[in-house]
Amino acid sequence: MKEVICICCPKGCHLNVDDENGYAVTGNGCARGVEYGKKELIAPTRVITSTVRINGAAYVRCPVKTSAPVPKGMISEIMKKLDDVLLTAPVSVGDVALANVCGLGIDILVTRNL
Amino acid sequence: MTADRYYDVIVIGGGPAGLAAAVSACDNGAESVLVIERDREVGGILNQCIHNGFGLHYFKEELTGPEYAARFAKMVAEKENAEVLCNTMVLSVTPDRRVVCISKELGYRVYEAGAIILCMGCRERTRGAIAIPGDRPAGVLTAGTAQRYVNIEGYMPGKRVVILGSGDIGLIMARRLTLEGAKVLACVELCPYSNGLTRNIVQCLNDFDIPLYLSHTVTNIIGKDRVEKIQISRVDGYTPIPGSEFEIECDTLLLSVGLIPENELTKGAGIEIDRRTNGAFVHENMETSVPGIFACGNVAHVHDLVDYVTAESLRAGASAAKFAAGVRCGGRSVSVRNGNGVNYTLPQFIRPENIDKSVEIFFRTNKVRGKSVIRVTSGGTVIAQFKRERMAPGEMEKITIPKPLFAKVNDELVVEVCDDPV
Repeated sequence: MKEVICICCPKGCHLNVDDENGYAVTGNGCARGVEYGKKELIAPTRVITSTVRINGAAYVRCPVKTSAPVPKGMISEIMKKLDDVLLTAPVSVGDVALANVCGLGIDILVTRNL
Repeated sequence: MTADRYYDVIVIGGGPAGLAAAVSACDNGAESVLVIERDREVGGILNQCIHNGFGLHYFKEELTGPEYAARFAKMVAEKENAEVLCNTMVLSVTPDRRVVCISKELGYRVYEAGAIILCMGCRERTRGAIAIPGDRPAGVLTAGTAQRYVNIEGYMPGKRVVILGSGDIGLIMARRLTLEGAKVLACVELCPYSNGLTRNIVQCLNDFDIPLYLSHTVTNIIGKDRVEKIQISRVDGYTPIPGSEFEIECDTLLLSVGLIPENELTKGAGIEIDRRTNGAFVHENMETSVPGIFACGNVAHVHDLVDYVTAESLRAGASAAKFAAGVRCGGRSVSVRNGNGVNYTLPQFIRPENIDKSVEIFFRTNKVRGKSVIRVTSGGTVIAQFKRERMAPGEMEKITIPKPLFAKVNDELVVEVCDDPV
């Protein structure tokens, strides 16, 4: 039995995950906790948010995020890829700043209109 | 003082509170709404909060700060009767609802309003506010300032960082600086518990093996031109324990030690301030002690979640539109008091006549608690009870009191928290 704190929402449920019996989750406040508890022990993932360079905008950095949660172990590799991205204004929320990052089938998306 | 123009509703501040208040004022019949923002664009602090986790309540999806801001900015832009004035600083607000402001483009302007909504937000406590002893080198800054440097201006405030305070901004910056290549050596918290959301402890500190020192504080800053090291001591309550000191070599100290509602304009208008929230006393409809002037968002009390700011501001916007249309709130006023285990309540006054179906009361408890009972009483009679599995000062509580229960309420309502005897 492992204790995991759910990060799906600000409530932060204290989950008990039975890693010896099919990762059964208890202590969850909603269905997302079941999925999170299991995933957190088998293959934890996180959404990464960061910034990339942008030319021609009011600011020099443009905020971005991954289009889906990525494996925790890939975070630093993905951060390195962002160093080479250079956008040119105008950009809009949802624009793809970098497609298929690290071959994960996940895109880096713009999160601000600049 | 002659007014240059009249608006039904003037909103001061174009952050999340101001934008939601403006949308709601339009939706509730205000014919002209003006949002005054001092920055070059609306969105407020959300624009530098590039992390995700916003909007789960209101939009039912997880957004980043700039995305949340952009959605509300669009909603305001689409309102034909709403105007936004950026790069404009409000100098004063008067009790007879005039707003004096100044901008490069328009110069000095006086606007008259049917109702005013104060949405100025809050600011961070600084080193001066908590009086950390030691040298005064470069490299000591608030977490929010560092956030702006990194996320908007595009430069790093330091390479080896210690964070004092475990508020959410500090935790978020611990992760952010780590991702950008800095070494975050420690997060130091005076209280025996964290003041941030539990999920931020997990995804910002634990994910990156950043140690959290509870019941510790910074007792000395050492450095000639730049921070060279800081001294940390264990505390007993709030008092450092002699002999418990240790040093960490670092070049930067970030402070995440609390937020203070920004109420200079509020005080200038003669509005009464509650010293527990550091914001204006407000009624059930977010109206302050001055009729027709409303307050919502972090200027009224510091929130944990922008979604709650939005909900509160939508109510304030609707109330302001009503006031501008000539509807006056009357009836008896019940004062809401904090009892045992409660640090503050909001609203501080409830006029039962103005409640639609029910009223929400927000508050914070004074310490981390397990199974607890929230008890609402009036003159010794229990009006309502609520159970909680766990409670913490870092997490704002909300209780809902249905209107019919106010039949049993005298002129005072007390909210208290005690351990669940079961």
